[in-house]
Amino acid sequence: MRRRSVHKVIGTETEFGITVQNQPDVNPVHASSQVINAYAGSRARVRWSYEDEAPGRDARGPGYETIVGGDFESGLVNTVLTNGARFYVDHAHPEYSSPECYDPLEAALYDKAGEFVLAEAARAAQALLAEGQRLLIHKNNSDGKGNSYGAHENILLSRETPFRDLVGHLLGFLATRQIYTGAGKVGAENGRPQTAYQITQRADFFEEQVGLETTLKRPIVNTRDEPHAEPGSYRRLHVIIGDATISETQTFLKLGSLSMFLAAVEDGALPPPPGLSDPVASVWKISHDPTLRTAVALSDGTTITALDLQWRYLGWVREHATARGIDEVHRRVLDTWEQILADLERDPLSTADRLDWTAKLQLLEGFRERDHLPWNHPKLRLLDLQYHDVDPARGLYHRLVGAGRMQRLFTDDQVHRAAVEPPARTRAYFRGTCVERFGRQVVAANWDSMIFDVGEDTLRRVPMMEPLRGRKDLVGDLIASSGSAAELVRALGGDHG
Amino acid sequence: MAEQERKQTKKTRSGDGAEAAESVEAPVKGELVVKIDDLLDEIDSVLEENAEEFVRNYVQKGGQ
Repeated sequence: MRRRSVHKVIGTETEFGITVQNQPDVNPVHASSQVINAYAGSRARVRWSYEDEAPGRDARGPGYETIVGGDFESGLVNTVLTNGARFYVDHAHPEYSSPECYDPLEAALYDKAGEFVLAEAARAAQALLAEGQRLLIHKNNSDGKGNSYGAHENILLSRETPFRDLVGHLLGFLATRQIYTGAGKVGAENGRPQTAYQITQRADFFEEQVGLETTLKRPIVNTRDEPHAEPGSYRRLHVIIGDATISETQTFLKLGSLSMFLAAVEDGALPPPPGLSDPVASVWKISHDPTLRTAVALSDGTTITALDLQWRYLGWVREHATARGIDEVHRRVLDTWEQILADLERDPLSTADRLDWTAKLQLLEGFRERDHLPWNHPKLRLLDLQYHDVDPARGLYHRLVGAGRMQRLFTDDQVHRAAVEPPARTRAYFRGTCVERFGRQVVAANWDSMIFDVGEDTLRRVPMMEPLRGRKDLVGDLIASSGSAAELVRALGGDHG
Repeated sequence: MAEQERKQTKKTRSGDGAEAAESVEAPVKGELVVKIDDLLDEIDSVLEENAEEFVRNYVQKGGQ
């Protein structure tokens, strides 16, 4: 077996839905700015630096680059949190980009911490609104009217992995994993055939197999080649097809299965990909069938259900992981993956305590039966939306948790701490801790560097090109023993910037 | 779950998905599981008031 795979550092990005009740002509950019400013408020403000960013670079290589212009650098509100996350306005939505995490369990925790940040931010911003107005934030991906916004997964890969090796497997894997990554949606959008209820929020919006776009003609496999790390050593796979998930188990499984699958692809441990003959149609057809019986065509002329292709991937990934050696977190990924597939196969609703799409479906079926509602009744659309409200008092996910109907992986205390403390085992520790300790001397930060004003003529830039450096065990004592940013930078030997 | 158990569940599957989708109660681990009827009542009490208006006004700008 080739051992090409690098440690799977993971981060998530979520664009949240935002609306203000009883405010005529709501301006979502303004509302999003208010939310972020209100949260940042008394906290030290650290600006995000766009230096080194290149979202137009294409993983397929020369000839594919795109000039990314427009609102890329518009001076919108953009800040760095003490947990190492980026919190900013993107495309008329508040966006939380989690810090880099060491494994899928930690990544699920920091994704959940983002919901808490948004709930706190909304509460703070509410105080600025006129009487009778109410600000609501939803962790969803669609308004039900043809507008979609993203929840992206980012996984570190080796630069040695040829991008084309990834594509064939990714198309089949991403199309079929929807059965356990969907957050559920009433109806269909974007010209897809009407349906009562579907598994995912996002499937209707994917129109291409492979490409660089993220806002139009969205591709199943996104080719953005912007590693935010040493470009000679790493790629960052930017997965844009997933739903924003709220169930902790589901987020853990979504990120864990993806990262283990990618390690197996990188190590050359998978057989040739069972190619889908029409990946784009397969994506929405699988999503439109909550009974999971739909079989999609393979290029060899046979057909396969999403469940059966996922069983195959689980088998291959398990074999690879077992041969390589596996820790407790990744064993838990495999166990969860197997249990969810078995339960989905037996009765999809038996997963309603662990998956958002079945939890939501169970609620909708409950109301449909009790109130005799047709699928196009506005109350069902409202329930669909309100499932995603991040406010613990109103969000229906939170009501399910309160009623003991949803399994959790984390305590509230863990989530609250993750909203302010960085992960200890990645460079996010350095970023978050510096913002916490020396916020006023941090001029700007981004994923792979920080710029300090140490009171000299020139600013000092500290590069962070290795995602696993800057960890607590490497820099914790150094930061703790530095009385100022100047002392820290001197100790690190940062170059002039 | 054991491999054996998984195979058993695979064998017994025979197009019963539609019936499954109709059922309301699912087995949930945990001690205090609120009955679905009580839960629906509780949700009614926190649901936004005018469903039709709320849904109509919920418009987002596109994003990524």
